[in-house]
Amino acid sequence: MSFRVASSPHNHVKNKTSRVMMLVALACVPGILTQVWYFGYGSLIQILLAVTTAIAAEALCLQQRNYPVVKRLKDNSALLTGLLLGISLPPLAPWWIAVIGSLFAIVIAKQVYGGLGQNIFNPAMAGYVVLLVSFPLSMTLWLPPLTLVEYDISFVDTLMLIFTGYSETGYSLAQLRVDLDGFTMATPLDTIKTGLSNQQTFSELSQIKVFSEQLGIGWTAVNVAYLCGGLILIFLKVINWRIPVAFLTSLFIFSWVCHVASPDGAATASLHLLSGATMFGAFFILTDPVSASTTPRGKIIFAVLVGLLVFFIRQYGGYPDAIAFAVLLANMCVPLIDYYTKPRVYGHTTR
Amino acid sequence: MESLIEKIKSGYLWDFPGGVHPPERKELSNYQTISHLALPEKLYVTVKQHIGQAAHLLVKVGDKVKAGQALSQVQGPMELPVHAPSSGEVVEIKSHPIAHASGLETETIVIQTDGLDNWIDKQPVANYLELSKVEIVDKLKAAGIAGLGGAAFPTYVKHNNSQPVDVLIINGVECEPYITADDRLMQEYAAEIICGIEIFTHLLKPKMVVIAIENNKPAAIAAMEQACEGKTQFIVRAIPTKYPAGGEKQLIQVITGKEVPSGGIPSDIGVVTQNVGTAYAAYKAIVHGEPLIERVVTVTGEQVSQPGNYWIKLGTPVEFILAQTGYQAAKPEHLIMGGPMMGFNIPNKQVPVSKITNCILAPSNQELPLPEDEQNCIRCGYCVDACPANLLPQQLYWHTKAKEHDKAQEYKLADCIECGACAYVCPSEIPLVQYYRIAKAEIKAERIEHEKAEKAKERFNARNERLEKEKQARLDKHKQAAEARKAAMEKDQGAKDKVAEALARVQAKKQQAASGDNSKADNSKSDTKSAAQAAIERAKARKAAQEAEKAQATNAEQTASAEQAEAPPAAENDAKAKAKAAIERAKARKAAKAAEKAQTADTEQTASAEQSEAAIPAENDAKAKAKAAIERAKARKAAQAAEKAQATDTEQTASAEQAEAVPAAENDAKAKAKAAIERAKARKAAQAAEKLAQESTEQTETSSQPANEQSDKDARIKAAIAKAKAKRKQLGEDQ
Repeated sequence: MSFRVASSPHNHVKNKTSRVMMLVALACVPGILTQVWYFGYGSLIQILLAVTTAIAAEALCLQQRNYPVVKRLKDNSALLTGLLLGISLPPLAPWWIAVIGSLFAIVIAKQVYGGLGQNIFNPAMAGYVVLLVSFPLSMTLWLPPLTLVEYDISFVDTLMLIFTGYSETGYSLAQLRVDLDGFTMATPLDTIKTGLSNQQTFSELSQIKVFSEQLGIGWTAVNVAYLCGGLILIFLKVINWRIPVAFLTSLFIFSWVCHVASPDGAATASLHLLSGATMFGAFFILTDPVSASTTPRGKIIFAVLVGLLVFFIRQYGGYPDAIAFAVLLANMCVPLIDYYTKPRVYGHTTR
Repeated sequence: MESLIEKIKSGYLWDFPGGVHPPERKELSNYQTISHLALPEKLYVTVKQHIGQAAHLLVKVGDKVKAGQALSQVQGPMELPVHAPSSGEVVEIKSHPIAHASGLETETIVIQTDGLDNWIDKQPVANYLELSKVEIVDKLKAAGIAGLGGAAFPTYVKHNNSQPVDVLIINGVECEPYITADDRLMQEYAAEIICGIEIFTHLLKPKMVVIAIENNKPAAIAAMEQACEGKTQFIVRAIPTKYPAGGEKQLIQVITGKEVPSGGIPSDIGVVTQNVGTAYAAYKAIVHGEPLIERVVTVTGEQVSQPGNYWIKLGTPVEFILAQTGYQAAKPEHLIMGGPMMGFNIPNKQVPVSKITNCILAPSNQELPLPEDEQNCIRCGYCVDACPANLLPQQLYWHTKAKEHDKAQEYKLADCIECGACAYVCPSEIPLVQYYRIAKAEIKAERIEHEKAEKAKERFNARNERLEKEKQARLDKHKQAAEARKAAMEKDQGAKDKVAEALARVQAKKQQAASGDNSKADNSKSDTKSAAQAAIERAKARKAAQEAEKAQATNAEQTASAEQAEAPPAAENDAKAKAKAAIERAKARKAAKAAEKAQTADTEQTASAEQSEAAIPAENDAKAKAKAAIERAKARKAAQAAEKAQATDTEQTASAEQAEAVPAAENDAKAKAKAAIERAKARKAAQAAEKLAQESTEQTETSSQPANEQSDKDARIKAAIAKAKAKRKQLGEDQ
């Protein structure tokens, strides 16, 4: 008769890595749907492309590293990386953008460092930054909300734009972004960035079409949707509250102070919080367990640092949004942050 | 402290960080009253069932024992006796599997029960208040009472402490899932437990007593509250259900808000904790005079059809218990002694119940599934949130896995209580606690190894020191002896020295002028002159000795003897031969001086060399001499080269020198040449040997002295003159 002999504890919480990853992916769904509602089917196709490439790249790497491929793929980590990258990409970016980005994210940023749990940088954001730096034009051509676009863009148009660069009726993405007055529409953060550097005031800029009540059309809803998804994750204890709360708080404080000090030269705090990738970043990007800080105090320091960097890059840097850069920069500081934020252990008077 | 007690009394509860909520599954076993099982045929009483050392056996095979009879006796600290759980005969004392995670076998007394369960004469104490503290503590020790919460720490040790106790915490928390032994005990034996607690308070005189029970045991809380009615000093406190609230350190934190200092014990902060089961055992031991021979064990899990709590005699094999509770083996068979969080798997069913056994859990594969393969750590930090000790389990995991024990210690591995909360929440199913246990064991082994090495180093250093001291003592002795001889010599000579010196100078001048061709035979005949020469010789010897002393104390006597030894060669009256000999001596001295610079030991060899030289001129064969001289020069050269190398021992030198005399006596030039080579070799050996030991000096001295005696005065004079010349020359060269 054989006896089972293992080390205690003998029971485990039914919360596997695969489940954690899948829950995070599912929590993205409200945000993705809102994105599709406002910006068209492009995001879905980008997500599909990115996820497929990511899983294929992961499988190839695992096979080359002599790991059980299917078993390891079941941890859903590659799926999540592809998903997060796909969400971040401009909906109508050419197909190879998603492919290159996913390949870089999985092969270089993750597997080269040793695979799951070993990467220093957030793979999705590493892939995103490589794309942003290498293909700045494709990466900044965000379609304005569909309500503002002059033409109806069907699913077929979307597919053709992504794979050929032209819609069924022969319009390019650049043409689609131009409104009736011949004015190119950009994202709210992009508009502000360009406008402020052209000596326009914030109140003037907020009269532009992409805004409504000083908030970006579509973008506000998308951010609220990701906020909801994130709150579910906190409720399910999949992610820790510290990072999102500290990040949003710090971004709010910095942007609010700056706006109060210079109402014409800076966007409002609410625009900062509800534009771009703020909420998505707060709940889905910063909280990547592998590349974020692990200690309770470290998480707060890490998140505040990202908030500070996001604000500074948005306000003074060369890019309209900054989640990706800020996260990667903060990732670099994580080992140091972790080392200096060890909690005080029971029975010790010092840390 | 008063304010703290007020705060505790007001009902305030603190919290500890982390903690988990595993499925409790207590409903399986907490409805039935505690019942008795049949008596097994054989009882396997493990000699050591507690934390500490085993006590010394009192019984042998064939002894008849009665229930409650001590089977072992305490002789040292941290020892605890075991008792016969029932009457019968000791049939075997052997190695048997024990109730321990290791699955090891240790000394076990096997008792064949007779079914009568005859007791020894109990010595109940009706009023323990009449007993002194020491008497009660001795009784607890003799009854083998240990902490029944799971650690089996000897209870008497906790009461031997002289530190004042503010709070006595009675642990009825029972935070481990499945286990209900304490729960049932409190429900059914509340009054007895309170009596046991009063024995503890009588010993410890605490300011207050808190009976802590998790709020998932309302019946036990009610029973204890009822039993405490009218006892103002006693507080029954329901605490939130959270694993591991029943851990001693966590419970202290929950009740008092204080932390036991790392490496310290609860009494350092004025707290003592006791388990409710221990209180009951103490009551039985003092009031009924019954030692600890049985305890309540929860038998539970989906693989037993009659789960519940049972009074089990210590030593009852698990197999016997399972057979009576409707156990169906799962495949693979899975048995846990203790709870699912901190219990350990037992590898076979022969393991007996011991003082630490609070539960036997036979889960089905569905309720406690096999752990899956360990996956990569994704740094999620769930373990950080779960750790009740505020550790960073994942950092500990990285460092323990990489065997970076210094780093693991920096992250306070030693403060891990191995509660398993981190491994419970780990989404990658990493057996974290196992990593920590292995690292802890390795660190312990390393420490023991290190301590051993330190001791060995100490011993080695002490030995070196002793050898050095002995060496120094020997050197001092030699130095004193040399000085004593020198003083004696000075006493003998007195005022004559100066005159002799002056005469020697004149003589030396003359000699130099004559350059050896003129015979000095006429001089040699006069008595007074010879006396003067002898004096000169002595003076020189002294001078040389002084010089040598600067280099090393040992040299003095060697130099003296060396120069004395020079005398015999001059014995013959062949002028030419003498002249040559003189030249050769001069050369020899030169060589000696050079050698002295290199190593102080040389003088002696020079002496022997010169001795041999003397033998050579004795023959009237000029060619042979020339040859010999060349060979000697070569030999010397070889000797100098050899100095740089190493060789063996002192005795060789002595024998070599004796041997030299033989060939010299024969008139064969070739033999002499050979002898010269041999001498060179001997010298080589001698030099190395001298490094090893100083004793050689004396030997050389004795060997050279007889030669001195034989010499006649003439020879001495001649030799002295030659030496004086050589010295001059040397001095001139030096200047």
